[in-house]
Amino acid sequence: MQGDHTFCPDWVRQHWGDTLGPALVQHIELTAIAIAIGFALSFTLALLAHRFRWLEQPIGVISAVIYTIPSIALFLLLVPFTGITRTTVEIALVGYTLVILVPNFVAGLRSAPADVLEAARGMGLTGRQIFMRVELPLAVPAIVGGLRIAVVSTITIATIAAFLLPQGLGYPIFLALKDPTPFKTEIYSAGALAVALALVCDALLVGLRRALIPWARQT
Amino acid sequence: MSEAAEIIFDHVTKRYAGREAAALDDLTLEIPAGTFCILVGPSGGGKTTALKMINRLIPFDSGEIRIDGRSIDALPAVELRRGIGYVIQQIGLFPHMTVGENIGTVPRLLGWPKQKIRARTVELLELVGLEASDARRYPSQLSGGQRQRVGLARALAADPPVLLMDEPFGALDPITRLRLQTELRRLHREVEKTIIFVTHDVDEAITLGDRIAILRQGGVLAQYDTPDAILGHPADDFVKEFVGEDRALRRLALRTLADVPLQPGPGSGARLPAHTSLRNAVSQMLETNDEDVVVVDDAGNELGVFRLRDAGAAL
Amino acid sequence: MLADTANLHTFVEAFRFIGDNPGFLATKALEQVELSGAAIGVALLVAMPLGITLGHLHRGSGVAIAASIFGRALPSLVLIAAFLTVLGIGFWNNMVALAVLGSGPLLTNSFDGVDGVDGDAVDAARGMGMTGLQILRKIELPLALPLLFTGIRVATVTVVATAPIAAIAGGGGLGDIIVNQASYRLSGVLGASFCVMALSALVFLALFALQAAVTPRGLRRTRVLIDQPRKELL
Repeated sequence: MQGDHTFCPDWVRQHWGDTLGPALVQHIELTAIAIAIGFALSFTLALLAHRFRWLEQPIGVISAVIYTIPSIALFLLLVPFTGITRTTVEIALVGYTLVILVPNFVAGLRSAPADVLEAARGMGLTGRQIFMRVELPLAVPAIVGGLRIAVVSTITIATIAAFLLPQGLGYPIFLALKDPTPFKTEIYSAGALAVALALVCDALLVGLRRALIPWARQT
Repeated sequence: MSEAAEIIFDHVTKRYAGREAAALDDLTLEIPAGTFCILVGPSGGGKTTALKMINRLIPFDSGEIRIDGRSIDALPAVELRRGIGYVIQQIGLFPHMTVGENIGTVPRLLGWPKQKIRARTVELLELVGLEASDARRYPSQLSGGQRQRVGLARALAADPPVLLMDEPFGALDPITRLRLQTELRRLHREVEKTIIFVTHDVDEAITLGDRIAILRQGGVLAQYDTPDAILGHPADDFVKEFVGEDRALRRLALRTLADVPLQPGPGSGARLPAHTSLRNAVSQMLETNDEDVVVVDDAGNELGVFRLRDAGAAL
Repeated sequence: MLADTANLHTFVEAFRFIGDNPGFLATKALEQVELSGAAIGVALLVAMPLGITLGHLHRGSGVAIAASIFGRALPSLVLIAAFLTVLGIGFWNNMVALAVLGSGPLLTNSFDGVDGVDGDAVDAARGMGMTGLQILRKIELPLALPLLFTGIRVATVTVVATAPIAAIAGGGGLGDIIVNQASYRLSGVLGASFCVMALSALVFLALFALQAAVTPRGLRRTRVLIDQPRKELL
């Protein structure tokens, strides 16, 4: 089990239980929590921005600002407030999902064509009915599309969480790198898992989008 | 199908702030129940505005609009609209719903039982010339003409006594437009609802309407009468120019050989069926340089002769 | 992994750290800029022409799509670690890793930009007798400018912001401070983080201004802040 060999399958098998497996589970947990909270928050913010147009500008600016903050820096910024905990990591991750999801959701809510809205109004649908039966369903493509990007991005950023916490798939990599002769297998296997996780989620969400949009399938 | 409703515009005026000309200027119009009424005119004439006032999409400043004697303000707007069919040029079909779901929108809002909605959908699809199987398709899979038929079916779904149509055929190619115009006329004969139809196309107005209301710039009513009367006796120079210099020929198109007194034979010209329009008959005589045509019935029996020189009197 | 716990006081300390060590921080920042600059330079030379060419020929959209999917799914940490195992520790492994990182958005946006130019405009140009190269120069590139710049901006910000992580692989720069809490304490680490943020923001604004300045007047748009859907985040 030396760093000379490029890949050592035995190591993977031996250490699945104590290293890779738990890391994967933690990674999924971190991502899932961030996405769940991020989705709920983004949806609320998008509804508000849709209803009160003037909110769009400030939300856009704040998003742009958060976007430029490197994740490490964001994690560290939060440490004085929330300590070195999962909370810190989650807050940062949620922040990044907001940056992606809110513009997508708002664009989706806006995507209903004007003539469709006029016909709906002329037919006697109330404002609420127009929202629930026309605008919201038509926003689904953008919502799921945004989710796709957000999930993959979150999985990616979550690797950096290893800087703060001994959790997630970034941790084995981080440990390995501390070694003067880094153990390649550990790096490759953890890395491959992270990439695989992201790709699987990406594919799942593409499938979800296709399943939810029967009306676009046949053009 | 339910009865049609009478619509009355009573001194309706609308002004937009900062504009000199009114959108509608003291419009008074009586549309008897079951009439196919066309609102026609140049842009700025207020025809679409007048239409959209009926279902309260556009408010007016003074006057009253009554449907079957009741002011349109008596009901909440949403309820009013559910009782009026509304068709627009870009149709506005809900892209995320099937044809069937689109058609069933207002019945669902009104709480109809599913069975009833389904039966009604099939009935309407056949009425507008589509197949029952089309109910499962999506708007993106249909042609422009098919979509407009669905739009029509959707507007008729809850069996409203009034149908509002805002330049519905404007975005279609001429052949499809002609076909849909013919179908709409047939539909109106079958269904007998009050239809208010907006167009800027004089020919379309003359083809379709029982009554035509010509609105001129500034929302002023220039003339309100049957197509024949407008063509034959235009109220002023504006109307004359609007309907065109060939209005006499157009009037000929409104009548057939069956509608006019015929002379006894023998004639020298072509044999034409009685349902031929006078205009086509005149065209035939000009083409072959004859002075008359022989009118026959469906079985081929001679009914009489129509002479070119009697065409003017026939108007 | 940080061993300190901290409080708001640390923020003050962080600024003091910056104030106390301007020269040192500047040197480190410069190291980072050099690394990032080299990486972006390479990426620009490789990925951008490739994307533009493919877009012009309207071929290889699969490549562009794959680049975008992989670019998003590949954590920068993994990339850096992987290259370290191959190229050892130092400047080169990080430079290559960052170049690969930046190539994703460059390739994708360049392709999208040129491929997505109004087909009618290109047809008209071809009908007028322009050669392929002329069409590219006079029509496609100017019209693709917004997306091309978006690609450059995203790639650059990503690379600049990722560079701190390269410190664990010997990349130097402000990351050296950030990962070395033992020596610099949380205040130092925070201070360096602020510097990274400032650097990142500066680059973003500079590129944004450059884009606004270079865009042909007829194409000015007001909101190109966040580009969707292809975006790289750390």
